[in-house]
Amino acid sequence: MDALILQILNGLDKGSAYALIALGLTLIFGTLGVVNFAHGALFMIGSFCAVSLSKILNLSYVTLDETQTDFLGNPLKVKTPYVESIFGADLGASIIDWAVPLAILFSIPIMIAIGFIMERGLIKHFYKRPHADQILVTFGLAIVLQEIVKHYFGANPIPTPAPDVFKGSLDFGVLLGFDANAIIYPYWRLVYFGFAAVVISAVFAFLQFTTFGMVVRAGMADRETVGLLGININKRFTIMFGIAAAVAGLAGVMYAPINSPNYHMGMDFLVLSFVVVVVGGMGSLPGAVAAGFLLGILESFASMNEIKALIPGIDQIIIYVVAIIILLVRPRGLMGKAGMMED
Amino acid sequence: MFGLGKHDLKILIIVAILALLAPFILNPFPADSAMAQFNAGYPDLMQRFAIYGIFAIGFNILFGLTGYLSFGHAAFLGVGSYAAVWMFKLLSMNVLPAILLSVIVAGLFALLIGFISLRRSGIYFSILTLAFAQMSFNLAYSVLTPLTNGETGLQVYNDDPQILMGPNSSTVTNLFGLEMRSTYTLHIGSWNFDFAVGYYLCALIMLAMFYLSIRIFRSPFGMMLRAVKSNQTRMNYTGLNARPYTLAAFVISGMYAGLAGGLLASMDPLAGAERMQWTASGEVVLMTILGGAGTLIGPVLGSGFIKYFENIFSKINENVLHEWFSFLPQGLENIMVWMVSPFVGSGWHLTLGMLFMLIVIFLPGGLVQGGQKIMHLFRRDRPEDDKPGAARQSTPAE
Amino acid sequence: MGILEVRNVNKRFGGLQALGDVNLSIEENSVHAIIGPNGAGKSTLLNVLIGKLIPDTGSVMFDSQSVLGRKPFEICQMGISRVFQTPEIFGDLTVLENMMIPIFAKRDGAFRMHALESTAHEAGIIEQAEAMLESLNMADQRHDHSAAMSRGNKRRLEIGMCLAQNPRLLLLDEPTAGMARADTNNTIDLLKQINDERDITIAIIEHDMHVVFSLAERITVLAQGSPLVEGTPDYIKGHPKVREAYLGESAVGETA
Repeated sequence: MDALILQILNGLDKGSAYALIALGLTLIFGTLGVVNFAHGALFMIGSFCAVSLSKILNLSYVTLDETQTDFLGNPLKVKTPYVESIFGADLGASIIDWAVPLAILFSIPIMIAIGFIMERGLIKHFYKRPHADQILVTFGLAIVLQEIVKHYFGANPIPTPAPDVFKGSLDFGVLLGFDANAIIYPYWRLVYFGFAAVVISAVFAFLQFTTFGMVVRAGMADRETVGLLGININKRFTIMFGIAAAVAGLAGVMYAPINSPNYHMGMDFLVLSFVVVVVGGMGSLPGAVAAGFLLGILESFASMNEIKALIPGIDQIIIYVVAIIILLVRPRGLMGKAGMMED
Repeated sequence: MFGLGKHDLKILIIVAILALLAPFILNPFPADSAMAQFNAGYPDLMQRFAIYGIFAIGFNILFGLTGYLSFGHAAFLGVGSYAAVWMFKLLSMNVLPAILLSVIVAGLFALLIGFISLRRSGIYFSILTLAFAQMSFNLAYSVLTPLTNGETGLQVYNDDPQILMGPNSSTVTNLFGLEMRSTYTLHIGSWNFDFAVGYYLCALIMLAMFYLSIRIFRSPFGMMLRAVKSNQTRMNYTGLNARPYTLAAFVISGMYAGLAGGLLASMDPLAGAERMQWTASGEVVLMTILGGAGTLIGPVLGSGFIKYFENIFSKINENVLHEWFSFLPQGLENIMVWMVSPFVGSGWHLTLGMLFMLIVIFLPGGLVQGGQKIMHLFRRDRPEDDKPGAARQSTPAE
Repeated sequence: MGILEVRNVNKRFGGLQALGDVNLSIEENSVHAIIGPNGAGKSTLLNVLIGKLIPDTGSVMFDSQSVLGRKPFEICQMGISRVFQTPEIFGDLTVLENMMIPIFAKRDGAFRMHALESTAHEAGIIEQAEAMLESLNMADQRHDHSAAMSRGNKRRLEIGMCLAQNPRLLLLDEPTAGMARADTNNTIDLLKQINDERDITIAIIEHDMHVVFSLAERITVLAQGSPLVEGTPDYIKGHPKVREAYLGESAVGETA
């Protein structure tokens, strides 16, 4: 029982990331009808927003401390981050410590801007082109984005820690009456899950309760009719693209402490996110979220030793196997609408 | 001749001349000159031209004709490589059984994956093939380690059975004793031209495969494949079953990929899982699109182009750039180097990605279409050549 | 016994009775029109006839064989060809190639792996395709890109592609929808010519009364999912029920 709960918990953080990326992916697909292979790159850029902010905050100047000497007898060089000299040592240090959560604020305008530029500059011209062309051009864009990141940040993963408060783990088992240390769960992963829940709820609330969201949902259902009503749906769709980019970016920012950002993480997550979208049903937002968590948890179950002993290698392929079965048995996915991209 | 129309025969002969004289054509600069770095006439690179040419020609039979965009073809290439290395381990270093087995295994694998993936079309097909390839890649790294040797990669060891090895058998890859690596170098003045057995084997096989693809393009079967791409509804209501046609195309292109994989292993008896990664699948898509999907010669051009520039660009580093721009004033030189350096060396992939986007945006018909546009500029008065035998261009996957 | 027999077909979509107790018999070598106001169930009936929809009850027999649950290509191989509302042709291919494909399908069946034969050497097929284009007055366009043709010509080609297979039943779904008057008249003339020259049964689902009364030998009027009356054009024209249910709309159809 405790092992079961542990696996569910372990699946939640990856599931959250899948759900957030898939949500944006399916939002873009449902509204714009575009298959965006560069969506994983947006997630990756989000992570690197966290890296950049942490680097910026750590920018330091060097002073010589005459009272101390290093092992060569020279005066010790002391690096002081500018932030600390501006805000004072204590506040400055905690600002640096909280770099990742702060990067949320930092990343939203950046991600929305990137989304706008992508949509207006490139994707817009591909609405009427075949899906194969959309796949190819966004695939090219994904390569370009990841290579640019690689050029500036290097090929190695960059550890980006969470704030000190969230280091360490929660003994979840004790809360449920199990033995101590039976279910250990890192705090940051709980934060990530909670954060994902908030973002997902915000997107749904936005689509459900605002006029803007209503028009977008109508557009997802029947683009032409909404166009006939004289509503400038294209402008709204541009904004939706920005929002989808921001959601992917936020997913990336908060994921940085879980998985040290590297330039190819976007591609790794992209393939899985596509699978998630397909399993959930192309163009279905609840489907994307449900499938994201479902597959995240399934993946974590498959990596249990008992299961791996039963079916070796299952943890490596479980998501693909599920996707293949779903696509064959229920091509619309779990919650897909009829007629969405069938043939 | 060869059952080909005049136009097709011309294309075949051009490709044959290019392939057979490649050691000359690709080595235009004297060996000790500064320009020698742009030479591509060494066996290692020429082999890759031919092998990736085969890969792209096969991919074009599927994507160019039927419009089904597979994102998993690298899996067949990888499987072909593994099959070939196993033949080296079990039998001998003779490449013939290795190549044969790689084609057969890749064909069977493609039959299985195609049978399942082709139940869906469009984007779903692309994602299914992607999922299968990624699954194969993950398996090759994990449970299938006894077959693939995991991250180390599969290679031939001294204690392998090699039951057909005689005491005098060659210990490097060979074709009945003719070693793949054996090279004759012709020195003319300060030029060096390398003629390697391995390259010529690859080139001859590539020519045979190119010929086969022309035959397929010009056959009723090829016409049916184009019909699949053009309009599946009409196809069905014309009493034709699209599924076996697409499956046949899928298996054929899978076998081409397996052959390419087998040849890669025959030139260098190694096989690793990274050959199956989906970025490798993306590369063959790029080669086909860059050259011109659905055209005969496009994939050959595309693969040659990409492999050539990959090789050249990867070699250029900042020192080379400084040398190039040394004629400029110091400040300007540094600016130029700073601007160009992200695109060369390890930045080759950035150039590749940009190229990919530019081609899809501005030239969906690839280099062949670009070439035709330029040709039209020069002879605008001539009406468009639209004989049934003429190489037909078509935009990818409409 | 007609060539196509529809017996007691019912089809519901949720609460909507799309087809209710449809009985229909189409005589061999006749031109039979199925008409009805919008929403009368014409398209649903057509989809049942070609096996795309499986009715809740009832049977559809073509030449004493059931068509239900068969794939489109099987139904076509049985001898039913279909013309669509918007012409479905192979737009990437030339006119001649478009015409060759149905002839290949007729000769070689649903699939044949003729990958190493040369299309250019298929003299018999090319000859037949050119003859068919000749009879459609399209021989001059045979090397044209078919997507670039006018809608009327695409329709002509599509009908020709169906005929090239010598079908026993030709199903047409609003074959003149969205066409200019001249193209409509050309299409009517073509269908008349086909009916005169060939032993073929033609079933038309149509909205346009001008087309229906120019061609049909027998007419079934569908209303709210069920056949209302059936008879010769004169009988239908004079029938009070039809006037009430439908002909008020014919003026619209006539001017459209």
